[in-house]
Amino acid sequence: MKKIYLTLPVIMVLLLTLVSTVLTANKAPEKGETLPVFNLPIPKNPAEKAYLGLSGDGFFKIPQIKAKVVIVEIYSMYCPYCQKDAPGINELYQRIQKNPDLKDKIKLIGIGAGNTPFEVEAYRKTYQVPFPLFPDKDYTIHKACGEVRTPYFIVVKNNEDGTHQIVHAQLGDYPGAEPFLELVLKASGLK
Amino acid sequence: MKKKIRIDSVLISIAILILISVPQVYGASEAYKGNIYKVGDLKPVDSKLKVKVKDLAPDFTLPSLSGEKVSLSQYRGKKNVVLTFVPAAWTPVCSDQWPGYNIMKDIFEENETVLLGITVDNIPTLFAWTNQMGKLWFPVLSDFWPHGAVAKKYGVLRSDGVSERALFVINKKGTIRYIDVHDINKRPPLEDLVGALEKLKK
Repeated sequence: MKKIYLTLPVIMVLLLTLVSTVLTANKAPEKGETLPVFNLPIPKNPAEKAYLGLSGDGFFKIPQIKAKVVIVEIYSMYCPYCQKDAPGINELYQRIQKNPDLKDKIKLIGIGAGNTPFEVEAYRKTYQVPFPLFPDKDYTIHKACGEVRTPYFIVVKNNEDGTHQIVHAQLGDYPGAEPFLELVLKASGLK
Repeated sequence: MKKKIRIDSVLISIAILILISVPQVYGASEAYKGNIYKVGDLKPVDSKLKVKVKDLAPDFTLPSLSGEKVSLSQYRGKKNVVLTFVPAAWTPVCSDQWPGYNIMKDIFEENETVLLGITVDNIPTLFAWTNQMGKLWFPVLSDFWPHGAVAKKYGVLRSDGVSERALFVINKKGTIRYIDVHDINKRPPLEDLVGALEKLKK
């Protein structure tokens, strides 16, 4: 009898904690870790599909992007700093694309935390964003990423053996395209 | 034995609290740093509308951040008007809403619409708060004194003195064409408002 009273609450709390951690990660993705598990829809737009090196329909995970390094920006169209940084992130994309050594190695995507597809389109149009953006209408991905404040940058390195790791993560503080690219190259060992 | 039961119920309540606590995901922009006050989950709507679609929008005059007084009637015959009431400065969802409208100036202009932002906060608070959003292109009005009088006129003043998160679309004739008294805990999707603006042309 005594035993049951002790174990029951313990089990319950453990179970519930487990459930809530699956729903919401407690912390932001950080250097040295792997990405939280989430799926993104394969873009319908052929140019974006080709850019990411994906084919077919359905869903993909970030490490499936055909690149050595993927830069992920978690942003929102409602976030003033994301708005301010948008031209500088576009420049980062341009710098990578213009460099024949880098353009097949580094890819860039944005995830619009809490943004509907319409809102993501509005943001893309306003800032002429040239890289793929994905809506995260219900904050599912944002929750999996520990509800980071925005903009949050994650640099993911894809290894030859199919594994991946986060080599850099930062909240805001975007230093401009050139220094950030330098940082990405160093952190990922591309340089 | 009694003690065990007490521990039991405490643990269960903690577990339930963990489960029902709704994570705050609004106001997450780094622009606000740690300055957003977490309000928790609120009653979605806590007032009763006093106007309806097709009514003439009640006129009002309020002081704006720029120092001028703004009246609804000054736009009569000239522009459509969107009133965006947000509950209060420095709260999570509100801090997220206007910066989005701020990059959508084109859409408002295309639809010959002016946007008026209204809260029940006083001017100095609105000044400090909206400064974090970058430069806003639309007037921000203070419905501070008599407290929430305009919100009350429209029936969107909540029982605790803040306003609802509400959108009113008013055409050039001064008629209300669209009302969205939104769940205070959530941000109205942009497409709903844009859809309402585009309908004004018809």
